[in-house]
Amino acid sequence: MVHAAGNGTGVSCRDVRKHFGAGEAKVDALRGVDFETRFGELSFLVGPSGCGKTTLISIIAGLLDRTGGELTVLGTNVDELSPTERVLFRRKNLGFIFQQFNLLPALTAAENVAVPLIAAGMSRRPAVDRAGALLAELGLGSRLRALPSTLSGGQQQRVAIARALIHEPRLVVCDEPTAALDHGSGEAVMSLLAANAVRPGRTVIVVTHDTRVFHYAHSIASMDDGRIVNVTRPNGARDHSTPLTAVTA
Amino acid sequence: MNFVALRMLTGDRAKYFGLVFAIAFCTFLLENQTTIFANIMKRTASQILDVTDAEVWVMDPQTEYWEQTKALKDTDLTRVRSVPGVQWAVRLFKGNPVARTPEGKFAVCFLIGIDDATLVGAPRKMLLGSWDRLREPDSVIIDQAGYVLLFPDQPLALGRTLEMNDHRVTIVGISDASAPFASLPVMHTRYSAAIDFLGRERTQLSFIIARPASTVSADELTARIHERTGLRARTTQEFMWDCIRYYLQHTGIPVNFGITIAVALIVGAVVAGQTFYLFTIENLKQFGALKAIGTTNVRLIGMILLQAFTAGTLGFSLGTGMAATFFEIFLHKLATRGIVLMWQCVALTAACIFFVVIVASVLSIRRVLVLEPAAVFRG
Repeated sequence: MVHAAGNGTGVSCRDVRKHFGAGEAKVDALRGVDFETRFGELSFLVGPSGCGKTTLISIIAGLLDRTGGELTVLGTNVDELSPTERVLFRRKNLGFIFQQFNLLPALTAAENVAVPLIAAGMSRRPAVDRAGALLAELGLGSRLRALPSTLSGGQQQRVAIARALIHEPRLVVCDEPTAALDHGSGEAVMSLLAANAVRPGRTVIVVTHDTRVFHYAHSIASMDDGRIVNVTRPNGARDHSTPLTAVTA
Repeated sequence: MNFVALRMLTGDRAKYFGLVFAIAFCTFLLENQTTIFANIMKRTASQILDVTDAEVWVMDPQTEYWEQTKALKDTDLTRVRSVPGVQWAVRLFKGNPVARTPEGKFAVCFLIGIDDATLVGAPRKMLLGSWDRLREPDSVIIDQAGYVLLFPDQPLALGRTLEMNDHRVTIVGISDASAPFASLPVMHTRYSAAIDFLGRERTQLSFIIARPASTVSADELTARIHERTGLRARTTQEFMWDCIRYYLQHTGIPVNFGITIAVALIVGAVVAGQTFYLFTIENLKQFGALKAIGTTNVRLIGMILLQAFTAGTLGFSLGTGMAATFFEIFLHKLATRGIVLMWQCVALTAACIFFVVIVASVLSIRRVLVLEPAAVFRG
């Protein structure tokens, strides 16, 4: 079953440019990127190392300033936001999944997941309780108090997924979520991500090299040398809203 | 986010204890060295501070400190007594005779001769015997450290004899006199006996000690005495500082201790500061993740300051406890008696540690603030 096309644009990039350095040391990381994601879709961004994928998602996530072009994220022109407003916008609307998980090693799994809620002002106890409930949904109910160092790579990435979703963000940015995992774990993580992150009012961007998980994508934008060179919508793109229990069982 | 900051701080036990103990040892070193230095300096005025009856010391105009005395004329006592505002004034003798035990052990000592009639200046802290017994002929009170030096391995006992300048003197009391700068026995006797024990010279009046009338302050009285007699008059506190200042200016002690304290400060500050700074650097990735997630810079600054002050407070408390234990142990040793952890040294050390913590925090905060949150995508 093909997933229904998204309704509305989540992220829109028009001629986005970014260079680092100046003069002879100037490096053009993005040379005019046009890129769009839709709500309810899983958009993949693929391409060789150094092609500008990470720079593009950093700009989309508001972690990096662009040099030129137009950018609208979740209907908001980020240029109109002050630095503090950008942080608050990010805190409220964005969820992140990193290649190296970036969990806080001193916090338990549940506490790690609770961090975005606590950062937003929720007190610790209800935040951890809510995090525990989400982790239980993701099949980690028995590891709530485990430290990241005692979890497997797949479990750590599941915790990272929970952390990215706990505050119901409208944009989830994933950077190589399966790169540090073996095939089985990577497949499980992508399945979990597709089943839990994709929602009608949310758009998900996944940067990946891992061709084995391309079948989860609603759209695949290929980048090369700082530009989007091709956008495909794979045939047979499926409905990823498979019940979670079926995935984690 | 406070609990996140504290968990980040204490999560890695090795780093956490390393940081706390670095600050603790820095604190211990600083408090230890500054306290020993301050107490040794204070020892230069021990015999002045032990005279609790008098508040004013009168001496030759050229006298700069306790060890350096030029005898006053006997008539100077009358002149001082005639100054309005003097409640009373008495003589005080200070000399350095050699005391010898019947067994042949001998030592140069501080001999303090106090007024025959009033016994003003007698040691008030007695371990054995009574200062009243100084009225007995050829009697002395010796301090405990001096007794142990002259009669090693022997129990404290009265009635033992010493020979001083062909005089046989009897120990009638053992005092707990404050330790002098030089580790010499401190003996008290009557003024008339003291000049006999040392050998007569033409003038032997080392100091005149006086007390102001209730209507006059010690400061006022010293000014009056100087104005009317031309003699140098100092309050007890002023005279103490004269002695300390003299040793600071004319000996290598402050330089030696200064170097030690500076090394302690530099090494401690560098170790403690660098440890905390490295702690932050090693956690940059975590701070980057928090930044990306939407933690504001103000919150991150608060987290770093909380970590720094928690480690600083714990380290400082631990170090102060170590220093207090050290001085508590050595307070009861004869050689180091009276050396106590001074609150001024604790306060000074707290200021130093606070400074180190602030500097390390500022450097750490700077690194976190300039950290690009996009760095978290770089693996």
